[in-house]
Amino acid sequence: METKRTVFPNKLLPYLFVAPQLVITLVFFIWPATQAVKSSFERTDPFGFSTQFVGITHYIRLFQDPLYLNSVGRTVVFAVAVTAISMGLALLFAAAVSRLVRSSQFYTTLLVWPYAVAPVVAGILWWFLFNSSTGILPYMLRYFGVVWNANLNGTHAMILVIIAAAWKQISYNFLFFLAGMQSVPHSLTEAAAIDGAGPLKRFWTIVFPLLSPTTFFLFIVNINYVMFDTFGIIAATTNGGPNQATNILVYKVYSDGFIGLNIGSSSAQSVVLMLFVIALTFIQFRYVERRVNY
Amino acid sequence: MVENRPFLGFLTHLVLIAGVIVVAFPVYVAIIAMTHTDVTLNSGAPLLPGAELISNLIAVWTFDPPGAPPFWLMVWNSTLMALIIMVGKIAISIISAYAIVYFRFPFRTLAFWIIFITLMLPVEVRIIPTYEVVANLGMLNSYAGLTIPLIASATATFLFRQFFMTIPDEMMEAARVDGAGPLKFFRDILLPLSRTNIAALCIILFIYGWVQYLWPLLVTTREEHFTLMMGVRQMAGAQEVDPQWNLIMTAVVLAMLPPVLIVIAMQRLFVKGLVETEK
Repeated sequence: METKRTVFPNKLLPYLFVAPQLVITLVFFIWPATQAVKSSFERTDPFGFSTQFVGITHYIRLFQDPLYLNSVGRTVVFAVAVTAISMGLALLFAAAVSRLVRSSQFYTTLLVWPYAVAPVVAGILWWFLFNSSTGILPYMLRYFGVVWNANLNGTHAMILVIIAAAWKQISYNFLFFLAGMQSVPHSLTEAAAIDGAGPLKRFWTIVFPLLSPTTFFLFIVNINYVMFDTFGIIAATTNGGPNQATNILVYKVYSDGFIGLNIGSSSAQSVVLMLFVIALTFIQFRYVERRVNY
Repeated sequence: MVENRPFLGFLTHLVLIAGVIVVAFPVYVAIIAMTHTDVTLNSGAPLLPGAELISNLIAVWTFDPPGAPPFWLMVWNSTLMALIIMVGKIAISIISAYAIVYFRFPFRTLAFWIIFITLMLPVEVRIIPTYEVVANLGMLNSYAGLTIPLIASATATFLFRQFFMTIPDEMMEAARVDGAGPLKFFRDILLPLSRTNIAALCIILFIYGWVQYLWPLLVTTREEHFTLMMGVRQMAGAQEVDPQWNLIMTAVVLAMLPPVLIVIAMQRLFVKGLVETEK
């Protein structure tokens, strides 16, 4: 790894400088992670007197547990829907804003602020809108013959959390798509226009392909967001219910371990999630490294 | 724009106006709810403002919600937590990036990789063991427990490292010829040069700290350390019995206001911080 051509000769000072970061990382990140791995292979009796090594029992149980497999399925539905909706709308808005000259700043301001809204708050806002007794949207849906009740209907609950999660993520995706579009050289689109390509054709054959690094980066970031940062949304709205319908993996790790106190199973779930994040990070950095500039 | 197409221009504005309305709608309804009584809200949500804004604001600021501390205390806790996290992350990241770029020492690469690993271990995947560490250190129900475990930051370290690499080598060589040591060089040259980066990061990290929910939920059991996010969740959760949506929505709007105003007021800096840290 590179440093400067000349460096300071001090021997002790650099250790003092990296020490705070390293200590926090070791104590609060790496040590707990090793403990999670360790306790995923162990069983502790209810009184905490003895601990025995049980091998991969927790993992085998986990992947035979219909509740866990249900949670995996719900997470996939949730992740695909949120990513598709938020990236799709963001791409549309970014394409529209990048066509504008004078008013682009104005629209950007009005579209970016949801980034600063906490997941919990986003959850409560949409919960209020979709509240079956007082909310506005169920009232409107009644005209279409839909009796909305996210407290009882699993599909309704899932739609609710998908909308809340996608809503919060649009601004982030929008900013990155916009930055990507602004770095597409004007000479390319102008040349295509002279050759007679219309705006739609220019978008799909020039701008969109050149955006592919941004799209890929956002895809990874969105998966990460949906898997982990949506905890607050679930906690503020459905609490995983009704009847497990929105019990996505990150919420299940918390409720099984912290509320249900099933340490072995929760640790095994943690390790599975950890492997997932490691894979995502690996893909992201391998890819970004190769394609920083295009 | 390459050519003039009035219809497409019209469509562009139409899409954006529709987008802005959809994005703003939930917040609009929440702000409207701030101006009504709970009785009005429970008989069907109105779409036009009422006259109860001031009384709702007063009620929220003076009201002691069930299962949560007074509102002003939660505002204070959230502010303090966000500020400590912001300052802490920037401080430890900038010095570790400085060590990694401007010094050569054994285990330098190892240190870099250890910092990198934090990216792969979000709180959500190590909930119970991290809680145990914090409990064993006696840090439950304290500001230290709320903030210190969140202070490690790989992204901020990478950002500063990236930035330091772009500073010409001659800068440091000239400073050394003039007799500046590493501390003086850091304080008088590197810090002033990093001003914009620090400011941009401040926005991103303040928001990061402000919106935390899972971590405060784990490490605080006593009400005096509850944050705003926990408080509004608590108020909304107590709803099934006695729905006081006017107060909940007032609290929710107040809870989202500080970071949203920061993003709108410092949009350019915010976009810079976001796009550069993440990439």
